[in-house]
Amino acid sequence: MDKVYKAGAKVAQFLQFLGNAVTKRIFRLGFAARFFVAIFLQSGTAFRRFNLTSREVYFSGVLSLIIILVSGLFVGMVLGLQGYDTLQRYGSTEALGILVALSLVRELGPVVAALLFASRAGSAITAEIGLMKATEQLSAMEMMAVNPIARVVAPRFWGGVVSMPLLAALFSAMGVLGGYLVGVKLIGVDEGSFWSQMQASVDFQKDILNGVIKSFVFGIIISWVAVFEGYDADPTAEGVSRATTRTVVTSSLAILAADFILTAFMFTGA
Amino acid sequence: MTRTTIDLWVGFFVALGLAALLFLALKVGNLATSGSGETYAIEAKFDNIGGLKVRAPVKSAGVVVGRVSEIRFDPEAYQAVVKMQLDTRYRFPRDTFATINTSGLLGEQYIGFEPGGDTDMLKSGDVVKKTQSAVVLEKLISQFMFSKAAGDGTGSSKE
Amino acid sequence: MILLQWRASNDLNPRFPPTYPMPQEPLVEIRDLNFSYDTRTILSGINITIPRGKVVAIMGSSGCGKTTTLRLIGGQLKPTSGSVKVAGQVVHELDAKQLYALRRRMGMLFQFGALFTDMSVFDNIAFQMREHTDLPEAMIRDLVLMKLHAVGLRGAHNLMPAELSGGMARRVALARAIALDPMLIMYDEPFAGLDPISLSIVGELIRKLNDALGASSIVVTHDVQESLKIVDYVYFVSEGKIVAEGTAEEIKNSKTSYVHQFVWGEADGPVPFHYPAKKTYGEQLMESGVYRG
Repeated sequence: MDKVYKAGAKVAQFLQFLGNAVTKRIFRLGFAARFFVAIFLQSGTAFRRFNLTSREVYFSGVLSLIIILVSGLFVGMVLGLQGYDTLQRYGSTEALGILVALSLVRELGPVVAALLFASRAGSAITAEIGLMKATEQLSAMEMMAVNPIARVVAPRFWGGVVSMPLLAALFSAMGVLGGYLVGVKLIGVDEGSFWSQMQASVDFQKDILNGVIKSFVFGIIISWVAVFEGYDADPTAEGVSRATTRTVVTSSLAILAADFILTAFMFTGA
Repeated sequence: MTRTTIDLWVGFFVALGLAALLFLALKVGNLATSGSGETYAIEAKFDNIGGLKVRAPVKSAGVVVGRVSEIRFDPEAYQAVVKMQLDTRYRFPRDTFATINTSGLLGEQYIGFEPGGDTDMLKSGDVVKKTQSAVVLEKLISQFMFSKAAGDGTGSSKE
Repeated sequence: MILLQWRASNDLNPRFPPTYPMPQEPLVEIRDLNFSYDTRTILSGINITIPRGKVVAIMGSSGCGKTTTLRLIGGQLKPTSGSVKVAGQVVHELDAKQLYALRRRMGMLFQFGALFTDMSVFDNIAFQMREHTDLPEAMIRDLVLMKLHAVGLRGAHNLMPAELSGGMARRVALARAIALDPMLIMYDEPFAGLDPISLSIVGELIRKLNDALGASSIVVTHDVQESLKIVDYVYFVSEGKIVAEGTAEEIKNSKTSYVHQFVWGEADGPVPFHYPAKKTYGEQLMESGVYRG
């Protein structure tokens, strides 16, 4: 009899744990949504005093330049090698330009740049805001009658949103250059057909503009997750480190999921 | 880091990003070749357009002279009506022959123009009279198989 | 000397008129204040009065709700019941705009300074002036250097907070707290983690600045010896209740056992050495026999 009750208690405990975990996440989601609205409502300062935002563009955009440029170049070079290897089996190596450009502009540029941005800049934003919270800097700001969402959060959010599309465009451009270097200069694909075929099949509106829209959406997602996790972090060293990890994990998953949804909207149908 | 240094870097970064976007638009994409310049519209009717898509190129002698702007179905003639925007620099005779071709074996489909000998030129809103539909690979294969089977039957009796 | 400087700075800054001591009405009045997080009671039945121009200390052991009291005065928390009145306004009834207007007239020194780590010492002190006033940069510069001079760190205005020692950081934070010449200055553990020299410098500054500005100060601390030198009145808080109050002299000579233990730092007394041990919820359940059938 005792055993049955113990088992029952265990099941009850498990259900309690499950329910608790679910409700906690729903609470957080609600808070995150409220926070998102609050950022927009408090964005006046970030635009009026644009040097605040421009500073954050420096920290999230300019400081991510190196990693984005180098990764873009290498991804493009790998695409050039792999694409050539596959295409030569069908005797259509001239299509290398199309393959490199389309995969970069549509998918790899926005997505990989966003993943890199999440781990380079997103984590930094979370750690910075989390530490400001842990050291009572946000509290101090509030006591000085300055709204920390307007002064600290919104500029960082918009800095990320501005940086992301530019970084994705740079990533794609570097990738195309990398594909060109490997395909044309190294392997010897015809230069003329490389560019002309690329230009003939990459559409400005359908491919490039959609890629920019994607990276813009990713920028909003990453910046939102990053500032929220920082603002919501437990004000301890451990809490900040966990929030930083969560930023990278959550925004990466959200990017991939959003990418699927956006692709489904953008590239299906005629 | 002083404010002016940051501003300098941010300006540099934004300019670089916009330059990359411009590179993508002009060098990688087709913004330079499409949209620019005057065009005029003509139509052509096909029995079957195969896999032709809007924005597919219109080529003559292998040169892109225009693009497909609209594809619709004519419910009276049971035909596909393809509207094309041609570059005003290029003029074609009225008896031009429009075919739907495939670049390579499995490549994308485009419309090919073979100019005739008429002295009158196509004007905006004209309809191309002489067309040839897309070659449907499955049809071709089944035709080939049938003729092969039929040919085998007759061929053996002849020899 | 310092007094003259403050007056001068106030005249330059007409949006923030100096608050001269007005002894008739106390600046801060806390009445029957209760506060609890969910079910955990932090404060119950607190009554505190801060007269204008005085330095009042709130003392008690760690975790007894002193910092919570400051946050309630600053309007960062809302009381469960009771009220906090600052300059005649009930803090928790103000809307966001009024609350921010009130906070502009308060200065607060946080436990470890809470200096903005991404700004230099100069920018830290200039922060509020730039956020809240349209003063020209040249005037802000003069004002900032004046405040830094008052805490003896005029030469350090170029340093970053990471380059300061603990005592210097506390003094910079003090200069920041008085940047807009507040009517009320709150100190959250101003003496924590300071060496004896910095300790007496900070203590002296708290007294001097208060008198020079004509402000009122609340010092939340558990450093008895240092604060008794500078304060006018002391409240003792233990487990969310006020257990004793009086002037510095009265407290020193108090016969109350709790105060005696606290002032003289005795290990055992009314505050027990052992944390009360509780049985876990599971143990209670098993003992209650619910699961025994």
